[in-house]
Amino acid sequence: MINRIIAWLADVAHWQGDDGILRRLVEHMEYATTALVIAALIAIPLGLYIGHTGKGRFLVVNAVGAARAIPSLGLLYLAFFWLAPRLSGEVAFLAPAGLVLVVLAIPPILSGAYAGVEGVEPAARDAAVGMGMRGTEVMRHVELPCALPLILSGIRSAMLQVIATATIAAVLGLGGLGRFLIDGLASQDFPQTASGAILVAVLALAVDMAFALVQRSVVSPGLTGRYGKVSL
Amino acid sequence: MTWLRDHFVDVLSLAGQHAYLAGVPLVLGLLIALPLGWLASRNKVLYPFLIMGTGLLYTIPSLALFIMLPLLLPFKILDPNNVLVAMTIYTVALLVRTVADGLGAVPDAVNQSATAMGYKRLRRFMSVELPLAVPVISAGLRVAAVSNVSIVSVATLIGVSQLGSLFTDGFSRAFLDPIIVGVVACVLLALLFDVAILLVTRLVTPWQRAGSPAA
Repeated sequence: MINRIIAWLADVAHWQGDDGILRRLVEHMEYATTALVIAALIAIPLGLYIGHTGKGRFLVVNAVGAARAIPSLGLLYLAFFWLAPRLSGEVAFLAPAGLVLVVLAIPPILSGAYAGVEGVEPAARDAAVGMGMRGTEVMRHVELPCALPLILSGIRSAMLQVIATATIAAVLGLGGLGRFLIDGLASQDFPQTASGAILVAVLALAVDMAFALVQRSVVSPGLTGRYGKVSL
Repeated sequence: MTWLRDHFVDVLSLAGQHAYLAGVPLVLGLLIALPLGWLASRNKVLYPFLIMGTGLLYTIPSLALFIMLPLLLPFKILDPNNVLVAMTIYTVALLVRTVADGLGAVPDAVNQSATAMGYKRLRRFMSVELPLAVPVISAGLRVAAVSNVSIVSVATLIGVSQLGSLFTDGFSRAFLDPIIVGVVACVLLALLFDVAILLVTRLVTPWQRAGSPAA
């Protein structure tokens, strides 16, 4: 069985063309990054605002918990029946899948952004105010950089979930690596299914590791201690 | 919602199957994560390996894991046991870090007092360290429970029946009722797990409710 999977993956014909692995890989990343960007545009400002003002804290904690409990597959089908008749062409399929991925990505990013700002040391905030900074300046120059590690780890875990869940877009007939899983299951082509599963897992791991490197390089050296300890 | 009235017994049995597939791995995962987390909290060298290694398991997409497990296990692809094993893996992935951090947060002074009172290692772990780590572990367990309930529904794509079966059933017939019932039932089941874990936590940590020292 393992040999048949290796043979499937090693077959050059499976990598090329409109339904080849490379094309599916690109589609998969397109779905995932689009959803992630939309989710980040909604969740980061909202999280920063809630963390900065302390308003709506209760709402966030509970909404994030409830959103995690919603099964993605069920939401996908519901969104499809709701949106598909109102749209036409490929958008009728892309919109429901996108909606599900955005809903999935918002909770981790939101709670990262909110927890990051809320966890900023009051002394740092006071010092900024003492230096004459106004609310938005405190936010931009102090709270945002200090909250960056948690914001990034929120985005990272959202990325991971979105890449994993983008596979189910294939049940609506869309592309992405999920195609190999769904088509393989439907035609009982087990090597194809297993190859698809391996590809998704490898993609998730690779993106996660790449993100870990980015995370390390963009966080302020003052927070990670990369400049070494300051001697007094 | 006449559909729900007519199919209430079916939905209930699917919910039972769902609770079994999500709940049993929660217990098994905790039993596996406890020794691993303990090891990680004790051993500075092992800590990063255990935390990263188990964390990596969580990056495997659920549908991919459901499909790959029959390759490595003696079960057929449609066997629900694959789902049990997959969910146990996810539970362990989430809990090892929680257990390690929970045990690591027990104050040294408490451990030293216990040792001074003559507690041997195992007894100290069972009656001092573990109980004090319960609130942290229970927080991790709640996250794992909610995520398990949601992930199990994907197993319908490999033909294992549980509440997720209502999704594929409704989709194939272009009929909304089963899908809505399935989603609501999943959320309710997650809530039920959450409340159950909270209640057990309350029961085993009576000191958290004790009043001020004057009482």
